[in-house]
Amino acid sequence: MNNVFVYIEIEGTEVREVSQELLTKGRKLANELGVELHAVAIGTGIKGKVEEQVLPYGVDKLFVFDAPALFPYTSAPHTDIVVNLFKEEQPQICLMGATVIGRDLGPRVSSSLTSGLTADCTQLEIGPYEDKKSGKTYENLLYQIRPAFGGNIVATIVNPDHRPQMATVRSGVMQKAVYDGNCKKEVVYPEVSKYVSPEAFVVKVLDHHVEAAKHNLKGAPIVVSGGYGVGSKEGFDMLFELAKVLHGEVGGSRAAVDAGWIDNDRQIGQTGVTVHPKVYIACGISGQIQHIAGMQDSGIIISINSDPEAPINKIADYVITGTVEEVVPKMIKYYKQNSK
Amino acid sequence: MTAEGTVNRAALPAIFNPEDLNALEQALRIKEQNPGTTVGLLTMGPPRAGEIIREGLYRGADTGWLLTDRLFAGADTLATSYALATAIKKIGDVDLVIGGRQAIDGDTAQVGPQVAQKLGLNQVTYAEEILKIENSKATIRRMIDGGVEVVEAPLPLVVTVNGSAAECRPQNAKLVMKYKYAACPLEVAEDDPRKGLRAERPYLNLTQWSVSDVDGDPQQCGMSGSPTKVKEVQSIAFQAKESKTLTAKDEDINALIQELLNDKIIG
Repeated sequence: MNNVFVYIEIEGTEVREVSQELLTKGRKLANELGVELHAVAIGTGIKGKVEEQVLPYGVDKLFVFDAPALFPYTSAPHTDIVVNLFKEEQPQICLMGATVIGRDLGPRVSSSLTSGLTADCTQLEIGPYEDKKSGKTYENLLYQIRPAFGGNIVATIVNPDHRPQMATVRSGVMQKAVYDGNCKKEVVYPEVSKYVSPEAFVVKVLDHHVEAAKHNLKGAPIVVSGGYGVGSKEGFDMLFELAKVLHGEVGGSRAAVDAGWIDNDRQIGQTGVTVHPKVYIACGISGQIQHIAGMQDSGIIISINSDPEAPINKIADYVITGTVEEVVPKMIKYYKQNSK
Repeated sequence: MTAEGTVNRAALPAIFNPEDLNALEQALRIKEQNPGTTVGLLTMGPPRAGEIIREGLYRGADTGWLLTDRLFAGADTLATSYALATAIKKIGDVDLVIGGRQAIDGDTAQVGPQVAQKLGLNQVTYAEEILKIENSKATIRRMIDGGVEVVEAPLPLVVTVNGSAAECRPQNAKLVMKYKYAACPLEVAEDDPRKGLRAERPYLNLTQWSVSDVDGDPQQCGMSGSPTKVKEVQSIAFQAKESKTLTAKDEDINALIQELLNDKIIG
């Protein structure tokens, strides 16, 4: 009762990194609340394979549901298992990845349990809340913090009266770390048929094809990122060249992705990838809050912008006032000259 | 923003949510491939949202319903999906509920799956193309993280369509002529000059529903039906760093690269 739960996302028998990141965050929340961290893993042929990928992140109890047809993921069976498990376990918090699976499953579970769900949180904290209308006060609620509609605004969302308090978080927003404190590391294997009925298996996956990521933007030490100021798809070729000489990766703002200049799997920001590089070179990016949310923890931020008042300049260590097409080739040239 | 921390939608224009247009295109294709199919548009919003229904009619939809009531105001995704699900129940005989994956404002992608759950239907999210409908089953190609999937799901079904799906066809000039004066009751003024026209052509009168029209429970609508509350909204004042300002001149860029190399920040 009242514990913190993380839904473990699995591709085949491999636990997705986002789940390990959430376990790390979940452990911190559980410690603050003085409760246990639990996890639920659902799949096919995962027994004996997922435990070691989950337990090191500080899990007190792992529920493994292993049965045929639970992989590839389909909505109804996973929803039934999570909902019925939550009815027994009554967790106070549930975290899921803001992935295709998490965004398919989370709302379905929240609707079943009539609990609130906040998508794409960038911070999670514990704190009190006073309902101004009723005057009722609450202790130890989950603050679900995310950039909100309409400009540079961050909203803190709470679910005062409904449990579990559910939140999804994008991959890379939290940092994973093996837990060195004490935890129980208990594993149980409940009987799947008690949680899900055969009728839940009506959606058939005819073909499931996943490719390894084409790039390692999330883990890149140097990120060269372009926005609307890059001006064209050809402009991005220059960014790729700079990234190549610096041994970095290329990302883009939502504006650049929407313009079709760069693939959407390279979008950096709240609804894209979150990066923590040593050096972030923002080329022609104005700096919407949604973008800043995905790169603000970078080590050194270099902003190249023709507008000296671009919002991103405020968080930059180096501000170069100039156009991308003028500055980037010079950076390539002088890097080649000086690094010899 | 309003005092409660919700978005003041009265101050915003009514726009057709981009991914809902992708969804409409999939619906219109099914209509073409399966004679006898009708496409209806359901939307929730202020009376102005009648514009969205007209927009859909111009592109080939057959009919529309506007859910509008002050009781719906301040709804989070759960209260929104409650309202929509209640209206879909009222509409009745529906084989496919197709919507955009997510709204352009909130980006939550929650309403589709929540509507499906409330209707007790299966769901296929992130759809890129409804490949075929046969024997009361839909075959759908959908996007997943790092790949694609093809699934087969029985009707009735809720499908949410991704922005990477085919673009919606443009407005059809004949349909624009036909539906130009279509309106829901709240959009029509007392002294409406086209009263006669509306009486003559019933398809110009769009259906408008309140909470009680769809037998909704007011407690589950709007703010009171929303488990999530906005504790606070904060404007972000970025912690201004001490930044070095450079020009695009060669000597500035050269000095920067040398500094980064010397500090072993790049290598």
